[in-house]
Amino acid sequence: MQFMLLFSRQGKLRLQKWYVPLSDKEKKKITRELVQTVLARKPKMCSFLEWRDLKIVYKRYASLYFCCAIEDQDNELITLEIIHRYVELLDKYFGSVCELDIIFNFEKAYFILDEFLLGGEAQETSKKNVLKAIEQADLLQEDAKDAETPRSVLEEIGLT
Amino acid sequence: MSDVVEKTLTALPSLLSLDSQPGSAKLSSTSKLGNLIRGITELTSKHEEEKLIQRELASIKEQVSSPNTSMRQMKELMVRAIYCEMLGYEASFSYIHAIKLAQQGTALEKRVGYLAVSLFLNESHELLLLLVNTVLKDLQSTNLIEVCMALTVVSQMFPKDMIPAILPLVEEKLNHQKEIIRRKAVLALYKFYLIAPNQVQHIHNKFRKALCDKDPGVMTASLHIYLQMIQENPEGYKDLTASFVTILKQVVGGKLPMDFNYHSVPAPWLQIQLLRILSVLGKNDQSTSEIMYDVLDESLRRAEMNHNITYAILYECVKCIYTIHPKSDLLEKAAKCIGNFVLSPKINLKYLGLKALTYVVQQDPKLALQHQMTIIECLDHPDLIIKRETLELLFRITNAQNVTVIVEKMLDFLRVSTDDYTTIDLVGKVAELAEKYAPDNEWFIETMNTVFSVGGDMMQPDIPNSFLKLLSEGFDSVEEDRKLRLFAVDSYVSLLQGEPGKLPQRFLQVISWVLGEYSHLRAELQPSTVMRLLSKLLDTKNTSSETKTWVLMTMTKLCEGAAGVSVAQEVSEAYSSSLDTVLRQRAQELQHLSQDSELRARVVPRDAGLEPLEVDSSLSFLDGFVSEALAAGAAPYKPPHQRQEELAQAKALSLEPYGLSLPISISSCSIADRQSPTLLSMSSGLSGDSTDLSHKGGSTTLKLDGVKRVWGKEGYLAQREPVEETAQVEVPSPFRSPSQQAEADSSHSQTPTPVPTPEPTQEKQQLASSLFVGLSSQSSVCLMGKSESAPQRFRRKAKSPSSSSGASEQISNSLVSAPSTVDNLLCDNLLDTNITSELAVSSPTQTSQLSQSLTTANGTCDVELTDTKGSNHSLIRDISVAVAADPTPHEDPDKPKDLCLSSHLPAELSGFSHSEITPLCSNQSLDLSACHVQQKDSLVLVVFIYNSSDSDIQQILLELDSDDLEVSGVCGSPVQEVGSQSVAVCQFSLSVKRPSVHVEVSGMVSYQLPVGTPQSAQFSYNLPLTSFIRPLTLSTEEYGTMWLAFSHDTKQNLTLINEGQESLAATLNVLKKKLQLHIVEIIGLEGIVACRLLQDQPCLMHCRVHAGTLAVWLRSPVPDLPDCLMYYCQRALQEH
Repeated sequence: MQFMLLFSRQGKLRLQKWYVPLSDKEKKKITRELVQTVLARKPKMCSFLEWRDLKIVYKRYASLYFCCAIEDQDNELITLEIIHRYVELLDKYFGSVCELDIIFNFEKAYFILDEFLLGGEAQETSKKNVLKAIEQADLLQEDAKDAETPRSVLEEIGLT
Repeated sequence: MSDVVEKTLTALPSLLSLDSQPGSAKLSSTSKLGNLIRGITELTSKHEEEKLIQRELASIKEQVSSPNTSMRQMKELMVRAIYCEMLGYEASFSYIHAIKLAQQGTALEKRVGYLAVSLFLNESHELLLLLVNTVLKDLQSTNLIEVCMALTVVSQMFPKDMIPAILPLVEEKLNHQKEIIRRKAVLALYKFYLIAPNQVQHIHNKFRKALCDKDPGVMTASLHIYLQMIQENPEGYKDLTASFVTILKQVVGGKLPMDFNYHSVPAPWLQIQLLRILSVLGKNDQSTSEIMYDVLDESLRRAEMNHNITYAILYECVKCIYTIHPKSDLLEKAAKCIGNFVLSPKINLKYLGLKALTYVVQQDPKLALQHQMTIIECLDHPDLIIKRETLELLFRITNAQNVTVIVEKMLDFLRVSTDDYTTIDLVGKVAELAEKYAPDNEWFIETMNTVFSVGGDMMQPDIPNSFLKLLSEGFDSVEEDRKLRLFAVDSYVSLLQGEPGKLPQRFLQVISWVLGEYSHLRAELQPSTVMRLLSKLLDTKNTSSETKTWVLMTMTKLCEGAAGVSVAQEVSEAYSSSLDTVLRQRAQELQHLSQDSELRARVVPRDAGLEPLEVDSSLSFLDGFVSEALAAGAAPYKPPHQRQEELAQAKALSLEPYGLSLPISISSCSIADRQSPTLLSMSSGLSGDSTDLSHKGGSTTLKLDGVKRVWGKEGYLAQREPVEETAQVEVPSPFRSPSQQAEADSSHSQTPTPVPTPEPTQEKQQLASSLFVGLSSQSSVCLMGKSESAPQRFRRKAKSPSSSSGASEQISNSLVSAPSTVDNLLCDNLLDTNITSELAVSSPTQTSQLSQSLTTANGTCDVELTDTKGSNHSLIRDISVAVAADPTPHEDPDKPKDLCLSSHLPAELSGFSHSEITPLCSNQSLDLSACHVQQKDSLVLVVFIYNSSDSDIQQILLELDSDDLEVSGVCGSPVQEVGSQSVAVCQFSLSVKRPSVHVEVSGMVSYQLPVGTPQSAQFSYNLPLTSFIRPLTLSTEEYGTMWLAFSHDTKQNLTLINEGQESLAATLNVLKKKLQLHIVEIIGLEGIVACRLLQDQPCLMHCRVHAGTLAVWLRSPVPDLPDCLMYYCQRALQEH
């Protein structure tokens, strides 16, 4: 996968993850063009787009568009399911996720994404395992807030 | 905007009151980020937003650089900076602080720091170097979360040069007890592999361990690396096929933990990854493919649920089945699957069905026929993506009969398309089809007019170039050429009379060139009329100065007669003071030449387009430079299309182009191929010349050079055409009939399966029959043949007169097959000097003769060889074998030494032919000689060490080394001495590492006399590559499949041995005798021959008698081997 974008129906970017090194200018240009193209498409249309030499796979969930760029030989349908799995993960984590959750806690959405996709490839496809990893890291945050000695606490909760 | 504001505002209170669930994040509405976000949603204009963000950024900037800011505050600031960047505002001042946060924060702050780094920076950013230390520290941390964070960031980005610094730590993590760490470590190594493959070469065996990991997650992660490695080198991993198949079987059989199920399908991601790996492994490899047939069948069977995820698996299965060695019942099932996709009401599936059809249509044109009505419907689909994919499919099935309909459809699409990328791509395809299959002049010119108008100035520059070239070089008949040009002139004049201001610049340039060259063909058209039309163009303000230059040059050609000269004067005056220097120069030229008609006739002669300029197109003056560069180790030149082809091969499925009837049809595709019924001819026709092949990638990449290739493997192609022309004319009529038949029948008999649409309209039926005409249900062989046999209008002819063509061909031949030429040059030199004798000795003739008769003296030999076993004395670099001593004194010093030495040949080699024993080196005490012995699957170099002194020589150490060869000692023993006047024998087994015409083994012997200092001597031994060549026995079918798989090739015309009718057989027999080749089959004027380099490196040869010469085409998977072998073939025939 080359990159993943989340944007709203109004064209506001909510999340962006680039797996290929691009300059900021290119990123902005690509984002602008893609948001425009995808938003212009009608609901019943194909979820795949040919765009430059890439294939764009997108899906709309409520007011949010999830949009992935893959290469030609990649499997479009499984990419669609990657999006879906990510939404499932968000949903499970936030508890019936809505756009606002992602706006206000976008860093959490990134953390989840990083546990699920790493370097553009699916890292862990078991929902349970991804959430476990996130929860453990979160737990660390909670504890760290209370106790000033995060390391020993960590070791106690059985992470080592 | 107002919509979202409302929504947000109404949703906020309820969200705030929500009790956050355990694990879910609290809505930080009171935080500064919350304030910022709410602030933004309340704004009404972009301008206000910008102001707010700039204020925000200024405040962040101030705080981050303040020394009093705690890390916890820093974390909060970073989140806000990320948010601002996401909105499109630059916050580069915070990058360094993100790194600092990752470095100094506590675990929870680190997490944000690392996230900010991975979002802010990309892997080439220089600040990333500052992260290395932090990563290093965290990798060593006892805190698992910190290790995870470090591995996560490393898997996303890491400076390439710093990989060695952390590699050992990451490697170590492969053995970590926690699977999450192992998994992330594997992915980090995958990243390293992608950015610096050589850095992780040494840990390939650890990848295997990861593949066998008990945790499915780690195993899945390792497959990313394997897919990558296998794509790069499928041969190296064939042994893993069975393992992958086993894993897939287990997954499909539901043996994985339920956690990995996705909508009750077991680990779909894993399945797809495995299927992709299998398809790469099974490609062009029957035996490997056979291992996977079962599991593919099972995958197809299991994936029956009606859910996207099962379709994803099915699609991958189908791709795999069509990529690997075909099996009919699997193909049938896969075809059914594709059918289901195409017919599906779900648009996504339909799209994939079309895509799959596009992939397989070459192999299975019937499938396209079956679904023709669906395809027709898709052509009118409201979704442009579906339309686009359908056109792609049609492009692949275009032939001379359906070209007009298909091109029309493509042009329709072009007219509505707004996407530049699509336009460029499609315009190229239309131009390609038009040149290939144009039914008549008018159509061709009109189609190209549309291409130029629609493609505008975006299209690839070689489209207009090749169009002009085609026009100027002409085709079969003078009359046809005239008509075409005339038509172009008429068409352009009427365009200029219309509204030329709307035409793209490129088109105007084409128009002005054509008018300049050919407007005289229309006798009633006054040059001055044309000039007036053109001068109107100059006055249009949209016309670029480049176009104006073209126009002025055209005027220079046209300014005749009083009227013309006056226009010319007018124009040249206007532009002779132009600021554009080029324009000014052209204006000056126009001015002068229009006044001096004699000079003008010399400078711009009429019909100059037909006269070849004196250009050394073969660039022969660079020969010396090229051979020097090659000798210095430069890579041989590959034409761009071949390079692209190689790239495309890696990317695409194994797809052959649908039709190969390029105007430049190369020897291998011509008539003889089509007559012979063997698979070989089909495959050679299929693969065509490598010039044709770049087609394959045409769908995915922008390769618009299309038909016009000036350079082929054999040189400047235009020069080869005349011969082809005649071949084309002689197409036997029976051959054509199937396609004509098909054409006639297409509307009736060619819908073998019921068409899905209950009552397709008459119109659609008609469209179908015109689109799918010529797509008979016959095999693809016929299809390939058919499109070639279809009459081709635009077939260029040679421009040079036949008298000169011979010579020029020779030049181009020798130049274009650059590697072989250079080899020739080099070798000729070598031959003149030192190798001549050697070659004479071990020339192919002799060796093969030798192989028939035993020459070695054997039984009477009273030499006892000490059997040398045991440890190799591998002290130094390559090989060092201690020499076995021969206890028996040398019997008969008067006998010629050679004969004596041959009696020392080891008994196990005595049954084989050996080359003449040649002295290697000698000094006062030691004489070294050597010969090589050809065995069935090996070549043994035998070195004789003769002690000519009166005392025993001790501590003899013989080392051999070679750049081109693998040298290994056959038997070695620590015995290190040779008695006085006796002979010791060493054997080395040689195999080819890298083919070159002559291979050399260099060596050194060191020894110690009983008294005195250690001594040493150096020597070298040359042997021809032919000593390594063995016949390769295979069937014509095997030959056919192998032929397609090999990537390195060379072509050359060799002299035939002239023995009348049987010249091909006679020539091949000479080659067989001299070079030990195996003649697979001779069919008519073609012969196929195979050989191999010792065990495993095949080389295939395809010969065809052609205009009194033997067109030889060699292919092999081994680089340089074809060139070397070509050299020997040439030599063998010359010597004959």
